[in-house]
Amino acid sequence: MSGSFRTSSGGRIDRAAPLAFRFDGTTYRGYAGDTLASALLANGVHLLGRSFKYHRPRGLLSAGSDEPNALVEVKRDAARVTPNLRATQVELYEGLDAASQNRWPSLARDAGAMNDLFAPFLPAGFYYKTFMWPAGAWKRFYEPKIRAMAGLGKAPTLPDPDRYTQNYAHCDVLVIGAGPAGIASALAAAATGARVILVDEQAELGGSLLAAPDATIDTQPAIEWLADALAELAAAGVVLMPRTTAFGYFPHNMIALAERVTDHLAAPGPDMPRERLWQVRAGEVVLATGALERPLVFPENDRPGILLADSARIYLTRYGVKPGERAVIFTAGDSGYRTALDLAAGGVAIAAVADLRAAPEGEWPARALAAGIDVRPSTVITGTSGRLRVNGVHLAKVKNGKAGLNEPVACDTVLMSGGWTPSVHLFSQSRGKLTWDETLGAYLPGQSVERERSAGACRGRYGLAAALADGYHAGEQAAAEAMKHPASAALKGAKAPTRSTSRAFGVVATETGTDGFIGATPHGRNPAFAKAFVDWQNDVTAKDIALATREGFRSIEHVKRYTTTGMATDQGKTSNMNALGIVSEQLGQPVPKIGLTTFRPPFTPTTFGIFAGTARGDLFDPVRVTPIHGWAEARGAVFEPVSLWKRALYFPNRGEDMHAAVARECKAVRTGVGIFDASTLGKIEVVGPDAAEFMNRIYTNAWTKLAPGRLRYGVMLREDGFVMDDGVVGRLSSDRFHVTTTTGGAARVLAHMEDYLQTEWPDLDVWLTSTTEQWAVIAVQGPNARAVLEPLVEGIDLSKGAMPNMSVAEGRIAGVPTRLFRLSFAGELGFEVNVPAAHGRAVWEAIFKAGEPFGITPYGTETMHVLRAEKGYIIVGQETDGTAGPDDVNLGWAVGKNKKDFVGKRSLNRAAFFMPDRKQLVGLLTRNPKVVLEEGAQLVADPGAAVPVPMLGHVTSAYMSATLGRSIALAMVKGGRSRIGRTLHVPMPKGAIAVEVVDPVFYDAEGARLDV
Amino acid sequence: MLIITCPWCGERPEIEFVYGGEAHIARPTDPSALSDQEWADFLYNRTNPKGTHAERWRHTHGCGRFFNAVRDTVSDFFVATYKPGEPRPDLSQDDAK
Repeated sequence: MSGSFRTSSGGRIDRAAPLAFRFDGTTYRGYAGDTLASALLANGVHLLGRSFKYHRPRGLLSAGSDEPNALVEVKRDAARVTPNLRATQVELYEGLDAASQNRWPSLARDAGAMNDLFAPFLPAGFYYKTFMWPAGAWKRFYEPKIRAMAGLGKAPTLPDPDRYTQNYAHCDVLVIGAGPAGIASALAAAATGARVILVDEQAELGGSLLAAPDATIDTQPAIEWLADALAELAAAGVVLMPRTTAFGYFPHNMIALAERVTDHLAAPGPDMPRERLWQVRAGEVVLATGALERPLVFPENDRPGILLADSARIYLTRYGVKPGERAVIFTAGDSGYRTALDLAAGGVAIAAVADLRAAPEGEWPARALAAGIDVRPSTVITGTSGRLRVNGVHLAKVKNGKAGLNEPVACDTVLMSGGWTPSVHLFSQSRGKLTWDETLGAYLPGQSVERERSAGACRGRYGLAAALADGYHAGEQAAAEAMKHPASAALKGAKAPTRSTSRAFGVVATETGTDGFIGATPHGRNPAFAKAFVDWQNDVTAKDIALATREGFRSIEHVKRYTTTGMATDQGKTSNMNALGIVSEQLGQPVPKIGLTTFRPPFTPTTFGIFAGTARGDLFDPVRVTPIHGWAEARGAVFEPVSLWKRALYFPNRGEDMHAAVARECKAVRTGVGIFDASTLGKIEVVGPDAAEFMNRIYTNAWTKLAPGRLRYGVMLREDGFVMDDGVVGRLSSDRFHVTTTTGGAARVLAHMEDYLQTEWPDLDVWLTSTTEQWAVIAVQGPNARAVLEPLVEGIDLSKGAMPNMSVAEGRIAGVPTRLFRLSFAGELGFEVNVPAAHGRAVWEAIFKAGEPFGITPYGTETMHVLRAEKGYIIVGQETDGTAGPDDVNLGWAVGKNKKDFVGKRSLNRAAFFMPDRKQLVGLLTRNPKVVLEEGAQLVADPGAAVPVPMLGHVTSAYMSATLGRSIALAMVKGGRSRIGRTLHVPMPKGAIAVEVVDPVFYDAEGARLDV
Repeated sequence: MLIITCPWCGERPEIEFVYGGEAHIARPTDPSALSDQEWADFLYNRTNPKGTHAERWRHTHGCGRFFNAVRDTVSDFFVATYKPGEPRPDLSQDDAK
């Protein structure tokens, strides 16, 4: 049947460029310029999908992005599978491979169609009513079954191999929609010299001008005028963007555009991204988004072959495709007549035009009568027949709102028009207020919030002449407003629109009136069995909406959610107004009293790829590595992420697991010497005459008396008294501090310091500089640390007397300037060598070489954690959780008691900090020394106590200590210090583990090993 | 995405800024003189108005400086921005935009 519905001439297709494509495995022919929808119609294929809930056979409803039924999957290869594309927007290319969805085993014989027979048992809200019992069955049984049955397309399982880019653009005037109003707007704005971007979701710019064979503009046929206008815009530098959907309107005129770059190409170039996300900041916006034709809600209005009237006209005039051979038209206004006349001229028999109106008047009905078309006023369709394609309708006269006797009429096509709904989606997204227009029976843009204006049919200015005039006026106005923006550089030299530059368009076209209908048409049938669809995509019928109102739902937002009308991927483009009309009738209230649901982005479904852009794989999140990272990698280190950093977790020898490696590394530090990359520590240089005073106010400690050349462990609180961060601080001179922070806390601490410095103490003369990435930090720890470093340093005396624990000296190491700290987070003789980051790797290698005779051992963060836990040193964020004060974690000694004030001091006097049941840091020893507790596990006094068992605290750190030959743990326990010596229990799935509460310092409590 | 006017740098997109809580809540010069209730008010209690709200913002990914702003919590739009230390502008004559 190839091509049997194609007209012999006309349309925008290229008949010299035939294309082959496949649908559900069958090969068909079409032409360049076809959409998948038009090409299938040309081949007489109307059955394109199965409906969401009832699996009813469905065909095309529309010719545009409002299509709710014809969702298809397009496949290029195993990874490039795109589900849920509207066939009306899929451009044909050679070899296109598309398939229908939501059917099994085949589209024509679909097992799920049995749902249609059970429809009386699947009313609105059936999910909530039906799947309640037995408890638990929802997750295990119902939900998986329902999802399998009621799916749309299937997501591809392979990674998306395509590229997506994200771009920014600025313009003076952004025009959305390239129909007559949008083209005229762009002409007006471009005439002033403004930077203009014109976007349209379709492959070809022009909108309704592409299907207006009978209209002329300025004595030219509309299609020729369009070509000239586009050439004029291009010459004026207007950026023309077809295949580009404005899908979101965000504050301050930020518009998100999705540009489909390669989806229409048979062989996309490898250098091209599949799509581009454009974030456009527009000075002014013109919305010229047009209007959507409304279906009529009558029984069985969803069979394949039943289309919107103007969509059928578009298929004929733009694509040269007849929707069928014999059509019945059901209309509430002039649009049906225009379709009838165009189709009749194109060779389609018009069986009848049923008009809801009692007395159709005006030029269009008159022309239809003159053409001998059977026009029937006050007539409705009360039902249709045909399984996979409509084959007849019943027509009935309406008297006093009731349908009379049915008359069968045979046909293969039914075309309907309930009038037009202005597309106010983007206006509403911009948070503009909609107002109800009683005359037009439509919501129109009212008060704007953003710098935008609507033009043409999207604000109810229907008809070609009105759209052009309104569009041109809007473009002039937008350009004039844009000139008032001080920021627009492009407008320097731009001219304000004047009478002489203004344009009027001489239009000859027969305009259609504004009649329409909202709601469900009368049919006189048993409403329990008549399926009159309101929302095609979500299978919502007039009966469902009526039921929702009977069950007490009044708000349209609630009706929407209960029935799911308007909630499908088409966002109710064709259904929202009819749903409103039905609720209005049911409740006996006018439409504007019912309200309107909220329009939200995206206007049409958008790929995940366009949002991910290049942020995937290695580029998903920035990765920070230290200057020594490459050495650790070459050495075979296992890494762990710490905030954005990659840190070496341990350095396994051949055949070692983590446990063995960490035990060996710990032993090396305790008995010989280890080397550790501490470069990720946060570092802040605090400099200035008031640096010491600033430190006094920010930290709990006292700094005034700390001598240059000395280090101090600093504790920082939030104003509420809880521990925020800690770190060792070196005083290099009276006005210069080298502050270190936790790895994850660096940015937070600097922001905290800046906040106080800028806003509370602007009188302090202090500068704060992040130096985290300027310094590489190499920790050399263990009894042999001094012996390893001594031959490498110049100008620094490492002896105990000259450089005791907690001191800092400046000099050189391995020929490089260094700030050499003597300190140990392991509790040993230790140094932290700070060198400029660019020299970090070289100095590390020099130290490692010097250490080889001593068996120097590289160690990772796990060993660092074990060693510090043996010493009872806390890690902020592991022992503390934002509710621990300094005394809770045994840091009361670091609080300067004689300081008048510091951040958090006042809060430490709050009564809560003196409660005896505060959680305090303690050590835990399991009765069985081989058992390592789980971090996070709860502690209880009596595991056999009645539920709920009182929780006393939790394990914060737990390790196997090779040094001690047993497991150790730290914990935060209510009244912990008073429980030392007692036994508590850690309930676990395999039984409670008994633990003894001990002092948290497990090793070298007197600190002798530091003092060497 | 909002455009926010940094008093030092001018108009910049929202992503360059970080919110900093309610403005004009000065840290007491002598916290020890405050009762627990007064200190708790300072720490925790905020006005949370429907309508115009004076708040602190920081141009973190720009000049790094804090400033104050009056923003309409209903529309989300900024009404005015001003430097720290300056008084909250009297906007009673203006309509919030």
